[in-house]
Amino acid sequence: MKRPSLFSLVLALPLLVWQLAFFLFPLLFLIAISFWTVKMFQMQPDLNFGNWQRILTRGVFWDAYLRTMILATSAAVLTSAIAFPASYAISFKLSDTAKRWMVFILIIPFFTSYLVRVYSLQVFLTDAGIINAALGYIGLGPLPLLNNTFGTLVGMMTLCLPLVILLQTFSLNFVNRDLIEAAHNLRCGRLRTVFAVVVPSAKVGLVVAALFAFILSFGDFVSPLYLGGGNPPTLSIMITDITKSGQQWPRAAVVAIMMIGTLMTVAFAAITYAYKERGK
Amino acid sequence: MTNSLIRPTRRKLLTMTAGAALATPFLSIRASAQTVNLSMLAWYGHAEPDIVGEFEEANNVKFTPKYYTGGDNMLGLIAQSPPGTYDVILSDGEYVQQLNAAGYIQELDPADYPFDDFYPEFQKFPGHWVDDKLYSVITRFGFLGVAYNTEAFTEEEASTYAVYSDDRATGKLGHFDWHLPNLGQISLWNGNPSPYDIDADAWQGVQDKAMGLRPQVGGFFDYGGTFSSLESGQMTLFSGIGDWITGVLEKNGAKVRSVIPEEGGLQFTESFSIGKGTQNYDMAKKWIQYITSAEGQAKSANMAAYPALIPSEAGWKVLNDTNLAEAKRQNMVLGERNVMDMIREGLIQYRQLPVQQDLGDWNDFWSDYKAS
Repeated sequence: MKRPSLFSLVLALPLLVWQLAFFLFPLLFLIAISFWTVKMFQMQPDLNFGNWQRILTRGVFWDAYLRTMILATSAAVLTSAIAFPASYAISFKLSDTAKRWMVFILIIPFFTSYLVRVYSLQVFLTDAGIINAALGYIGLGPLPLLNNTFGTLVGMMTLCLPLVILLQTFSLNFVNRDLIEAAHNLRCGRLRTVFAVVVPSAKVGLVVAALFAFILSFGDFVSPLYLGGGNPPTLSIMITDITKSGQQWPRAAVVAIMMIGTLMTVAFAAITYAYKERGK
Repeated sequence: MTNSLIRPTRRKLLTMTAGAALATPFLSIRASAQTVNLSMLAWYGHAEPDIVGEFEEANNVKFTPKYYTGGDNMLGLIAQSPPGTYDVILSDGEYVQQLNAAGYIQELDPADYPFDDFYPEFQKFPGHWVDDKLYSVITRFGFLGVAYNTEAFTEEEASTYAVYSDDRATGKLGHFDWHLPNLGQISLWNGNPSPYDIDADAWQGVQDKAMGLRPQVGGFFDYGGTFSSLESGQMTLFSGIGDWITGVLEKNGAKVRSVIPEEGGLQFTESFSIGKGTQNYDMAKKWIQYITSAEGQAKSANMAAYPALIPSEAGWKVLNDTNLAEAKRQNMVLGERNVMDMIREGLIQYRQLPVQQDLGDWNDFWSDYKAS
């Protein structure tokens, strides 16, 4: 194996420094303060395992953990499922000009703050909102769309959908068109071609897109609070609750570390699966 | 010369830019020498122009606000800042004792403040005096009761906490996300005369009652979420708040109001203290004198961010003369039954920290309640 040149090492240095300064050191600090104690609203350095014991032995934490996992997994699966037909159409059916326009249109949602988008969704989802008013015209509803799991999922998918479509589209663009032609020549049906040729060829991109949806949804605070009504709470809401009451940053650090650990495990498993070759 | 200013050469432009850059620090030093910078730690709205504008102009002061939500948040901010960071501190009444116990606030001279103008109930407010020494001056207060949508419920229906169990409120009952006012209300509903001073049995009763209410709850909201869910009609009943939120919405045309139910209501209080280690003690004192004066109190009652009642009888007189409509809306009209009568009839209890339980117990229950 060729040794990396000094030049390439120097080029990689900013990334290394960035990761050390803004990921590794804060993470180590987070781990350290999870053992600290709070007295009279002031954090004091300590080596106390009480915070870990208190959080991990409470049913409330594990309920919120399971709930957050299910919500984030549902958001990732649903977003990927909804995004795929759109990505497929953009990648395989549109002209190059139309493709460029679609990519541009998919970037537009990122121009507006996520918080603003979520607040504006309330106008659509309330009992007297636009959707229920429309349903009222045909004698239906009002349906409970806000302050529940449905509302939370709508918010999470609003956050993730444009990104997932973009990632899926880029990955589908790299699928070898000869393989599809070969499948058709061998009398493989359209649907079967999608699942037997296109999806396996674009597996890495599709898995990474779903992983991003999971990561963004797992840590999301805005949708569970403003569209889910904090009812019932997710882990991110639990962190703010813990810090609000008694300034228990060390206990909040325990929840945060559990979240980071979960995300790292899921990300590692997903990437391993994405790059695993068939039959190995 | 004129021509060179309008169309300067590159060298001239560089010279002028450098000159301006060098002169700037002297200008700012001059300006800052004249203006006192007063830092204020407060709930949102207390250092906004409608309240501090006139004082700033008259005294050449510039307020630097740091806003918080909730007493724990406030104590955390002070605990994590060096002494003297905050010149004036506005806190909820129940947190004054903790501020004092931690040594964050200074002793005040009662002679500096117009206590004679205050109603007797507020002249020696509990927790603000320790061994006859004054540490904080009450500036505003308000009641917490049942907040309701006037199109969904009548005032009579909302005049009991039992309305929280009404079938029409299923999924429509909102909670302001703080255990103290919500559990205090449930304690009153259970008939506890001192809602925060309850024994183990009564505390269990409060928890059982709350859990029975859980299927009714549509959400737990922060400050912004409370406003939007009441305004949109998504929540038609709200626990843990009062006119400080519904008053703002009502003034803007929303169909919401607050009522003190027959089981009684809670009272929050807001008080000003001077931070220990301040470099601006005299100006901080001057500010508290201003906001507790009759004119300052009338202005404070009608604060744009959220209205509140005022403890100064002299302030009531000014408010009655200058803004009778707001005095009527808040039930502060002199010469007729008003909020002071409600206090004197024992209908209102102070919101306070739990006496017989640890604050952590209330916190833990609130987390369990939310997650159930």
